[in-house]
Amino acid sequence: MSNARFATIALLAGVLLIVGAQWIQNDYFFNAAYTVLMYVILSTAWNILGGYTGYVNFGTAGFFALGVYSSIVLWKAFHPPLAVMIVVGTLVAALAGVGLGYLTMRLRGHFFAIATLALAIMLFTFVTNWDYAGGARGAYVIVPREVPFGFARYIRYLFSVMVLLSVASIVVARVVERSRLGRGLAAIRDDELAAECAGVPTLKLKLISTALSGGMMGLAGTTFPFFISFVEPVGAFDLRYAVNAIAMPVIGGMTTWLGPLIGAVLLGTVQQLVQVTISSAWNLLIVGLLLVGFVTMAPEGIMGWVFAWRRRRARRS
Amino acid sequence: MNDLLHVQGLTKRFGGFVALDRVDLQVAPGERLGLIGPNGSGKSTLVNCVSGLLRTEEGQVSFDGHDISSLPAHQRIQRGIARSFQIPKPFASVSVLDNLCVPLLYATGHREGSHRPSEAQVRSQAIAILDSVGLAQRADEMSSGLTQVDMRKLELARAIAARPLLLIADEAMAGLSSSEVDEILQLLLQMKARGIAVIMIEHIMRAVMQFSERVVVLVAGHKVADGNPHEVIANPDVQKAYLGE
Amino acid sequence: MDISYSLVANAIVAGLLLGGFYAAVSVGVAISFGMLDIVNIAHPAFIILGAYIAFLLNDTFGVDPIVCAVAVSPLFFLLGAGLYRVYYVAFESRGRGPLPGLAFFFGILFITEVVLVLIFGVDYRMVKTSYSETSLHFGQVDFALRLIVPFLVSVVMVVALHLYLKHTFFGRAVLAVAQDPLALRLMGINPIRIREIGFAISIATAGIAGAFLVVIQPVQPSIGREYIGLVFAVCVLGGLGSIYGTLVGALILGLAETFTATFFGPSWSPAVSFGLLLLALGFKPTGLFGR
Repeated sequence: MSNARFATIALLAGVLLIVGAQWIQNDYFFNAAYTVLMYVILSTAWNILGGYTGYVNFGTAGFFALGVYSSIVLWKAFHPPLAVMIVVGTLVAALAGVGLGYLTMRLRGHFFAIATLALAIMLFTFVTNWDYAGGARGAYVIVPREVPFGFARYIRYLFSVMVLLSVASIVVARVVERSRLGRGLAAIRDDELAAECAGVPTLKLKLISTALSGGMMGLAGTTFPFFISFVEPVGAFDLRYAVNAIAMPVIGGMTTWLGPLIGAVLLGTVQQLVQVTISSAWNLLIVGLLLVGFVTMAPEGIMGWVFAWRRRRARRS
Repeated sequence: MNDLLHVQGLTKRFGGFVALDRVDLQVAPGERLGLIGPNGSGKSTLVNCVSGLLRTEEGQVSFDGHDISSLPAHQRIQRGIARSFQIPKPFASVSVLDNLCVPLLYATGHREGSHRPSEAQVRSQAIAILDSVGLAQRADEMSSGLTQVDMRKLELARAIAARPLLLIADEAMAGLSSSEVDEILQLLLQMKARGIAVIMIEHIMRAVMQFSERVVVLVAGHKVADGNPHEVIANPDVQKAYLGE
Repeated sequence: MDISYSLVANAIVAGLLLGGFYAAVSVGVAISFGMLDIVNIAHPAFIILGAYIAFLLNDTFGVDPIVCAVAVSPLFFLLGAGLYRVYYVAFESRGRGPLPGLAFFFGILFITEVVLVLIFGVDYRMVKTSYSETSLHFGQVDFALRLIVPFLVSVVMVVALHLYLKHTFFGRAVLAVAQDPLALRLMGINPIRIREIGFAISIATAGIAGAFLVVIQPVQPSIGREYIGLVFAVCVLGGLGSIYGTLVGALILGLAETFTATFFGPSWSPAVSFGLLLLALGFKPTGLFGR
């Protein structure tokens, strides 16, 4: 399927989802769905660097929070339209991705992983000490009274925006995966020296990958202040984003765009259910156990089972 | 001066250890050169310096008339210096065919103008190269499942796919059986027909003597001999280095 | 200027004492990451686990944390051995790259943290000992016993580890296993067994360090994360895999943190270790590759 065709179908599916959802009466659905979609974007973003390029990022929360806080600061200063905040937050996080990549990408993968964690905690410390953005106490964001495009409630509007952003992220991931860039990234993941010696400009490609991945993580955070209306650093930098962003692609499968999507929808939905029925600590335990379980026993994730099943069927016919 | 590769005064230190000491090396277009020397004599260091994986502090590497001393490895292969690795480094998560697509997409564009080959063109080129090394049947298999000798062939096929002017084969036959050595040797001998000069680094003397038009000997970072294979082997310094006193 | 003199002197003393303790926190990673090349990002989680066990023992039986440390270390040794078995079977034996191993330890970190939250809640816990409130005074400089005791025990532990690794047969095997596993096999030693014991020792040090952590400061399940930057910064600064280097790195970090907390406020101190780590990674890469 060509990229244009895939994008059209994905967009149609997104629009159908938005329109269809308007018949749902319960606003709780939109809260839960918003969170799941946020994880779709985060895990798709993580997978571009982690799955396609082979570099583990523990700092998802940091990039996410960059998107969150750039929106808070912009909102306090100018009250711009949501679209502006989405673009700026994405660019800020992408820039941070390039910076981090430039500083550490010459190093082995281990050090990069640790450096991402370092970046997240550094950012956390700065935001905690930044009074304009609310500091340690946190910042209130007053959600606009009038809802654009005739949606019944603001959360329904946010949900629809999130659907479109998810569609965009997935399309980007699929385009990258099947492009010349994607082949270069896969070569880096498999053997960086051999990739360089096959003509792949490894440093440049890794920077593109960190920028894309970081930018998309920021994207996932740009609408967050309007979703919860009160943001404090501990919440914005929560480690659960980092763990989920890793666990979801691992569980779904890291080599294709479909893996993170499956992982995010499954694990995101399970967490929403457990959160309501049991407690949020338990749902984090489930995420941790699933991550360790899959990474040790089923490293190719759910998509790995699908591929194995397809191979078996192909051999039989 | 119409050498293809021209290395002059190349020196490489690791801390206090001098791995290469003012080494000169020339390779003519299409030439078959054997590079030999005991373990630790600096052969691999030389390969890494020429292919760009190691930066050199002193000396100059020129290729095709241009100074390439400061270019990173991926730009050197784009200019035509390909290498294979001593321990094969396949792109293990993709198919044999896709292994070749990487250099076809990334290494060849530089010399052929800006136009990029289509997916179908890349595939057919890859299949043609796999066919020429006898791996066409394995095209859709995962590269991690290949046998030793097929892994070596893939290594060479991937280097050929970059359409190089110079191929550095770093111990492409180590650990192979006698008949497998002959297979690889045949492949390397065919390079001349493609207009590719070859530097063969090897411990298997039978292969070196059969292959080389000229032999260079490195000992402890110095070049001790350079010339006709039979004369070089008869050289007392070389014999001393190889057999001891 | 008398006040600022005593401020500086106190910061130096507190920094060095804290740094000594940081050596105990980091020495396990110097072994697992520096020598065995296992990126155990969950190491701080085991330290927190050790802290809670010491808290529990102290709370129910009134056991002193030093005694706890000794009692708990064999358990942590076994835990480490078991964890390495899993790691070996799932990752090393299959020759999988570093990525899944990192995700594995990240998951372990998270599980440990959540289990502690489920058992103990998110309140801060601390152990009061007979020496908790006592300070020695030399002029205007305070030496809090709460810091001195962990400092002394930590330094003893680090020096003992160094001597053990340098001068015993097994210790030298651990040092050799990273460089030349084949040579060990030729000597009839199973490198996997050596790695298992090496990793077990590294986790045992986490248990000991944890028992002291809860004396030094109040502990909460999620503070382990802050120590991730610390342990790796110390190991990188100290030159990977060198035990005495780790001690030096830890002292530098202890000083840097104490000075930042004294002069800029404690809310900035988490940035110190991670900032130093980023700088070390960004600008001293030769030192990192040089292994």
